[in-house]
Amino acid sequence: MSAVFDSARESGAPRKPVRLYTPPATLGGKLWGWRYLILRRVTQIGILLMFFGTLHWGWRLMGAPLLRGNLSASEFVGIVPLADPFAVLQQLVSGHWLHTTVLLGAAILLLFYAVAGRVFCAWICPMNMVTDLAGWLRSKLGINDLFRLSRSTRYWILVMALVLSALMGVAAFEWVSPISMLHREIIYGIGLGLSAALGIFILDLLILKHGWCGHLCPLGAFYGLLGKQAWLRVRFDERSCTHCGECARVCPEPHVLNLRKAADKGRVDFGECTNCARCIPICPEDSLDFAWRWSVHPAPQTSTPN
Amino acid sequence: MDSKRRQFLLKTVQGAAVAACGGLIWAHLLRQEAAASVLALRPPGALAEVDFAAACIKCGQCAQACPYDTLRMARAEEVMPIGTPYFVPRDIPCYMCSDVPCVPACPTGALNPALKDISKARMGLAVIDAESCLSWQGLRCEVCYRVCPVKGDAISIQNHPRKTSKHALFVPIVHSDACTGCGMCEDACPTEEAAIRVINPKLVQGRIGSHYRLGWKSDTPITQEFQPSQLPAAAPALLPAEAPAPQTAPGMDTLNQGLEP
Repeated sequence: MSAVFDSARESGAPRKPVRLYTPPATLGGKLWGWRYLILRRVTQIGILLMFFGTLHWGWRLMGAPLLRGNLSASEFVGIVPLADPFAVLQQLVSGHWLHTTVLLGAAILLLFYAVAGRVFCAWICPMNMVTDLAGWLRSKLGINDLFRLSRSTRYWILVMALVLSALMGVAAFEWVSPISMLHREIIYGIGLGLSAALGIFILDLLILKHGWCGHLCPLGAFYGLLGKQAWLRVRFDERSCTHCGECARVCPEPHVLNLRKAADKGRVDFGECTNCARCIPICPEDSLDFAWRWSVHPAPQTSTPN
Repeated sequence: MDSKRRQFLLKTVQGAAVAACGGLIWAHLLRQEAAASVLALRPPGALAEVDFAAACIKCGQCAQACPYDTLRMARAEEVMPIGTPYFVPRDIPCYMCSDVPCVPACPTGALNPALKDISKARMGLAVIDAESCLSWQGLRCEVCYRVCPVKGDAISIQNHPRKTSKHALFVPIVHSDACTGCGMCEDACPTEEAAIRVINPKLVQGRIGSHYRLGWKSDTPITQEFQPSQLPAAAPALLPAEAPAPQTAPGMDTLNQGLEP
């Protein structure tokens, strides 16, 4: 793995023996190892349920509908507007000025994701459950990629979404977004839109590993750019790291675990990191954990590692 | 060095080619999918279809605000533009709530917040198929007239006298200046397939054009007592006496005039 760097930087200190991750034997240990996975699924399904329950079961909070709308735009307890900033950006680029409500909603989420990083992809997006399932099956079945594709393709698609929005006068990605289709049909009624999710499942399972989220999705690319300076980051403790490479093996964006860069910064410092936290429990040395951006320092300054 | 440069240029061109192919397919999809639909009946206050397609973020908050579940979100397999709200009057018409809850629910302004009076909404226009309308056959139906929420203005009943052996026809007539397109008439129409339907006015409405003057409808009707001086100032062009005197010989039309040296 290119992400694992040589140990020359460790200034002659005796290198620790490399231990690989061993799955815990007890159920409690397993659950603890899956803590972030469980949390992510709870968040993803919980948010879906909030939308679904508000529409179909009339869920209310403080006398107002709990969460009305869908991931494109919504209203929380009748007051707080929320809106997909990328969809709003496309609409603005298409030459249509929008109502203040949706602009405010987009600004709120813009701020949130600028602070929290690309968490939409791993913690909220319903397509993540589809692609995670495909990824898991793929690793079980040992399927190889059909072809290679640059991970920067998504940025070109992002640019093209904006160019086409301007040329065609409609939000170009929003109209074909499989994410919106999947989410909308989960909330408002199942239809043929699920075929988009099926297509992505097949792509990720049989054609290209992490094909959609890691290579193509312009929404993820947008949040990646937005989250470049995010406050919530994965802290990296270089002293305890043995470069076993287990983290990069489970990471859906393995290039973000460039440990040389991470050691310099004291954190995984890529906008493309989704803060999914797969790497945190898998690390046998506990070298990785969530931390605020300002609370981490490069290795020489860190206190005792444990 | 030169071959490196060549390689780089080739890669750039190839990348541009991929982008162009992808862009064309994408644009085609958009034209198919996001094309303004003349078939969709939109919620009250919807902007003109092209603007609506651009401004609607497809969140469905209008549909959630609708107390009658009139509005539905178009699914991928439906002929309507995907994800946008529309309604089918024969299933559930718009019941024209006086507080218009769908419009303020729209976060983007795709439903114009200026619409406060539901009778000003123009969701579509009711049109009658006289061949299957019961009233036009001579029955006393008039159900559409009775259910119309702007009864008398949007739908009125005209009587058409017939031969003495038959009673007059009492036929419904739709007036586009008052019809909101709510579709209650279509919902209530008792025929097997509705004889009155709400559709996009663009599909049926013509336009006379300003070059026709309907003298019998103008403020100063042209009668035998008509004097040219009574004509309003706006329409003097009709009177040859007031037109500027032709510069050329009589019989030379305007096409020929330019040919003179």
